Amino acid sequence: MTVTDRPGAAATARARPTLAVWKFASCDGCQLTLLNCEDELLRLAGAVEIAYFPEATRAVVEGPYDVSLVEGSITTPEELERIQHVRAVSGRLITIGACATAGGIQALRNFGDVAEFRSIVYAHPEYLSTLSRSTPISAHVSVDFELRGCPVNKHQLLEVLAASIQDRKPRIPSHSVCVECKRRGNVCVTVAHGTPCLGPVTQAGCGALCPSFDRGCYGCFGPQDTPNTASIAHQLSELGMSEPEVVRIFRTFNAASEPFRRESERHETGPAPSAEGEDA
Amino acid sequence: MVETRLIDVTGLQSLLDALVARGYRVLGPTVRGGAVVNAEITEVADLPRGWGDDQEPGRYRLRPRDDEALFGFAAGAQSAKPVFFPTDELLWRGRRTAGGSGFEAQSAESAQAAQGGGVEEHGEDGPDTRPTALLGVRSCDLSAVGIHDTVLTGRGFTDAHYAQRREGAFVIAVACSDPGGTCFCVSMGTGPRPEQGRGAPFDLSLTELLAPEHRFVVEVGSERGGALLDEIGATAAARGDLAAADAVTEQAAQRMGRRLDTDGIRDLLYASIDSPRWDDVASRCLACTNCTMVCPTCFCTTVEDVSDLSGESAERHRVWDSCFTADFSYIHGGTVRESTRSRYRQWMTHKLASWHDQFGSSGCVGCGRCVTWCPAGIDITEEAAALRGVPGSNLPTPTSPPTPASE
Ligand code: SF4
Ligand code: SF4
Ligand code: SF4
Ligand code: SF4
Repeated sequence: MTVTDRPGAAATARARPTLAVWKFASCDGCQLTLLNCEDELLRLAGAVEIAYFPEATRAVVEGPYDVSLVEGSITTPEELERIQHVRAVSGRLITIGACATAGGIQALRNFGDVAEFRSIVYAHPEYLSTLSRSTPISAHVSVDFELRGCPVNKHQLLEVLAASIQDRKPRIPSHSVCVECKRRGNVCVTVAHGTPCLGPVTQAGCGALCPSFDRGCYGCFGPQDTPNTASIAHQLSELGMSEPEVVRIFRTFNAASEPFRRESERHETGPAPSAEGEDA
Repeated sequence: MVETRLIDVTGLQSLLDALVARGYRVLGPTVRGGAVVNAEITEVADLPRGWGDDQEPGRYRLRPRDDEALFGFAAGAQSAKPVFFPTDELLWRGRRTAGGSGFEAQSAESAQAAQGGGVEEHGEDGPDTRPTALLGVRSCDLSAVGIHDTVLTGRGFTDAHYAQRREGAFVIAVACSDPGGTCFCVSMGTGPRPEQGRGAPFDLSLTELLAPEHRFVVEVGSERGGALLDEIGATAAARGDLAAADAVTEQAAQRMGRRLDTDGIRDLLYASIDSPRWDDVASRCLACTNCTMVCPTCFCTTVEDVSDLSGESAERHRVWDSCFTADFSYIHGGTVRESTRSRYRQWMTHKLASWHDQFGSSGCVGCGRCVTWCPAGIDITEEAAALRGVPGSNLPTPTSPPTPASE
């Protein structure tokens, strides 16, 4: 393999790709993960030109942008239009976090009647312009890569950015959290403590954070590539979870992801709700 | 002629001291996170004194014993695997040369800093170059290390990192006195008492005797093992002690939690390629990989290349992988083993059948870890019995496995 001569600093600066960071319906936690990169943040600023990132800087460089990170889900008519603009001005569009990739916690509205709770919660519901469902970015525009997590993992975020800059495939596995849990040498909380854990059906990426602190996995990275939700649901009830609890554990950060949504509905008592996915 | 000695609990401490004095990092069983795990130890007090375990499919609990046994438990959460075959091994690291026109590679030895391994926390302050002394290796695990020796060093290409770790290691085996509910070493011919010449060699092998006084019959397996015993002044074992040690093994062999009928097992698996049982197990299997991660003989890895943001440096890591992931069988065009049915079938057929053709032995040593640590409680002995058409060949289990989903 030959490694070609590196251009000088000026040329490198010229070659720096521009990065834009966009926010939709979200808590800003994933953008904070980017800001929390600390040591790596300077290196990131050297590797890309941060052209649009309102959470971090007021300076705005005109688009189009080479890489866009999109946080948040689509919940309002305004967002429906804005995401089309973001797509139009972005080279590579990468969605980050459970909101952007699966609708987020706010997708709980998909299981309820928005008009009804809007009228209960707000004195003037007529001022509110909102959609009846929270949907991931990929339901509206084409997405180049989806990075899971609530929030995303800092190392994974940097890996996706590095891969994007270097034009290679990001090294983001889609297998279960258990792989990371065992690689870390954790004692399994389900087997040894009887603690319910969604790790077996959840995609890795967090480094098995919760099981490392003796907590069961909450599924914040969404379903792994081969999720057997029916079997894990059986285990959860064996470990003493009631049906409503099983419904709830599948309806947290990734409630609208297809495998979790379907499994949660299987455990609902009473008439089947109408929370079809965007694809329906 | 087998050479045997006798030490008491103080003698065991002297043994640990002597190993530390010789520069070994001593790894041994200790209680952590509600289970027996391997970690660095320096004292007898670090051992799981008075702890036993209850093991069933999908369930592990520590159980207080009514005696002072130091090794009164069965297979721990981890085998010897991560000690010699780390979960994440840095193969090399490279960076661009100063002028930017070249690339220089650093060998793993000089680049290795924080190795994972599921054994203990590793210092950020540099590689641990001490050789390992591993205390408490069970007979099944000794056979598993023997299998890894064959797979990783006994064929065309030797795994240099593994060979290096193995070469320097001092192994102290322990005979089992209280098998777990998922143990079946007797079926696999691998236990419950370590035998020199079966599996990896040991330096010393202990059989714990609790009455009338707490002592250990020590079988000497190597010259350096004998020298260590000379150094701590271990006496010869009396005939009565040897008989007591034999009795421990005999009663342990009678109390296996499970059994696996190995008669014609290879052909049984090959003949079962289209068995409907694979659909049944697939309805329960989570494709979570836990069975392969805890199995002391599973050795599959993948290689990952990592580059930093600037593109100035790159690393190549070898990490544990599993035949239960979709990525594992991904080739151009897609994943070969899409279904969980095909993944479980691949795993079990390799363990019990094609391993014989590939490496000349069973790939299963009967440690029972895949049974205990499977969150869905899937039991390889039960699955083998089902393929044979013999239902319920094992003890009934308190937590019933999930009923196959009817969809
Ligand atoms: S604790 Fe959870 S994530 Fe870890 S191995 Fe057990 S089931 Fe998997
Ligand atoms: S297949 Fe299961 S019982 Fe056999 S060696 Fe592996 S973990 Fe132990
Ligand atoms: S399988 Fe045998 S050797 Fe292994 S822990 Fe159980 S009783 Fe001991
Ligand atoms: S057999 Fe058990 S441990 Fe293995 S992948 Fe299936 S559910 Fe996980």
